[in-house]
Amino acid sequence: MSTLAYALTDTSTMLRRQIKHMQRYPSLTIMLIGMPVVFLLLFVFVFGGTLGDGLGGPTGGRDAYLAYVTPGILMMTLAGIVQGTAIGVAMDMTEGIIDRFRTMSIARVSVLTGHVLGSMIQSFLGIAVVLGVAAALGYRPEAGPLEWLGLVGVVALVSFGLIWLTVALGITAKSVETASNSPMFLMIMPFLGSAFVPTDSMPTVLRYFADYQPFTPWIEVTRSLLSGTAVDGQDLVLTIAWALAFAILGYAISRKKFNKR
Amino acid sequence: MNTQKPLAIEARNLTKSYGDNAVLKGVDIAVPEGTIYSLLGPNGAGKTTTVNILTTLIPASGGEAFVGGNHIVKQADEVRKLIGVTGQFAAVDGLLTGRENLHLMGRLHHLGKRETVRRTEELLERFDLLEAAKRAPSTYSGGMKRRLDIAMCLMGNPKVIFLDEPTTGLDPAGRRTVWAAIRELVKAGTTIFLTTQYLEEADELADKIAVLNGGTLVAEGTSEELKRLIPGGHIRLRVHQAGDVARTAQLLEASGSDADQLTVEVPSDGSVHSLRKILDTLDREAIEVDELTVHTPDLDDVFLALTGHAAEAA
Repeated sequence: MSTLAYALTDTSTMLRRQIKHMQRYPSLTIMLIGMPVVFLLLFVFVFGGTLGDGLGGPTGGRDAYLAYVTPGILMMTLAGIVQGTAIGVAMDMTEGIIDRFRTMSIARVSVLTGHVLGSMIQSFLGIAVVLGVAAALGYRPEAGPLEWLGLVGVVALVSFGLIWLTVALGITAKSVETASNSPMFLMIMPFLGSAFVPTDSMPTVLRYFADYQPFTPWIEVTRSLLSGTAVDGQDLVLTIAWALAFAILGYAISRKKFNKR
Repeated sequence: MNTQKPLAIEARNLTKSYGDNAVLKGVDIAVPEGTIYSLLGPNGAGKTTTVNILTTLIPASGGEAFVGGNHIVKQADEVRKLIGVTGQFAAVDGLLTGRENLHLMGRLHHLGKRETVRRTEELLERFDLLEAAKRAPSTYSGGMKRRLDIAMCLMGNPKVIFLDEPTTGLDPAGRRTVWAAIRELVKAGTTIFLTTQYLEEADELADKIAVLNGGTLVAEGTSEELKRLIPGGHIRLRVHQAGDVARTAQLLEASGSDADQLTVEVPSDGSVHSLRKILDTLDREAIEVDELTVHTPDLDDVFLALTGHAAEAA
């Protein structure tokens, strides 16, 4: 077999390991997916009535807010899933098994790509659950087949970027406790973007930050796709650029740290 | 070093420092194929550091080393294909079952499905883990975890095995199982590099023992050779009559005697020649002896004399 074939085989072996971990330890996955669901319910039922009116749309109220906030919660779901990625990677790094892998003739990156793919599966699972709950609350996306395909692409791209970034955080953390805290800031980012309120209601400095930070373009592209409206070109460029930047940065750091013990 | 067999492990002037702290200060190692080499030393001597360097986990600060003729840095991947490693801390996946842990190793060694399953069952049986195979290692005893760990390192059929304190924390029965497994591996031609704090273990298993202390090898040889380095051998006699103790002690130039115990201790290198001389004297003087024992220094004496630490009791 060629090096690439080995890398793929080893990655699939490591992915199987991650899937087994999820099956054995389902509470983590449930908690990771449960959190955005709680946020969805909280924002729709507690704040939704008032915030929906403030959107200034023709209908207003809770239903309008549900349609507005769901794309934001979806991106928040991706930020939530990676909290688990950092923990999983840090656990691997602090346990003896990683040294076993390091002394074996395997594609080294597969230890990490196993985590990445495992977390991507969780991400899509989380997106499906959140969309399901939103639909149960009365959310009706207007996306056509092409838009849905686009959404899958955006979710894959964004989660790939976020996951590699948190793999780096997990690998850099000195303990599992640190690793469980360090990606927390990602959960705050949607609040400082367009997830819950339009950015033009924010003070100038904050608004400037909100418009260009990664989550806003991700949310805006998702929102356009789900509502069946045209995707803004600049948002699309920023979406791809931020996701790739996170992925490349995370990969570079992870690779360096993994090889250096 | 002149050996008939090719060397499975060879290290020349290996050094490792962390900042100002020199952990290894120039270690030379030569292990012929199919033999057991034991690195014996107290905690902090540099045993684990040596293993980590030889198994490609950490780079050395200086010197060169080869495993199976492959340079440990330039041909690290070739080295990794040859070796199996069991570290000081059980390197098992706590969320997978015992069997799944072995399957994971089989897949990572690209053994193929059938061979993976076959070897897994064989190793589970050999290490007495069949009953526990369905459970996660978090439910295992220390000995079972260690056995699973060793079984995992054998999955890829390694030519050279590194065992870093494989029996630390095991009960005597667990230790015997591990020892038996090690002996069997050597019979099959595997080379074993073993670190231990236990003299008994090195004595039992190793063809060659190297004593590591403070980052340098302070002695090297077979356990017999090491014992000969140390003075302290003696012959101990128990005479029949209390009245003979003082006379015997004088005649044989004893180093000590005990009138109550009826014993006399005579310094001796344990050779036949010295033994015969003592027996001749006893015959000539018609001294009746109930018991005669020859004491050669054991590895504990060696260890203490070489390192200045008392060895931990095995």
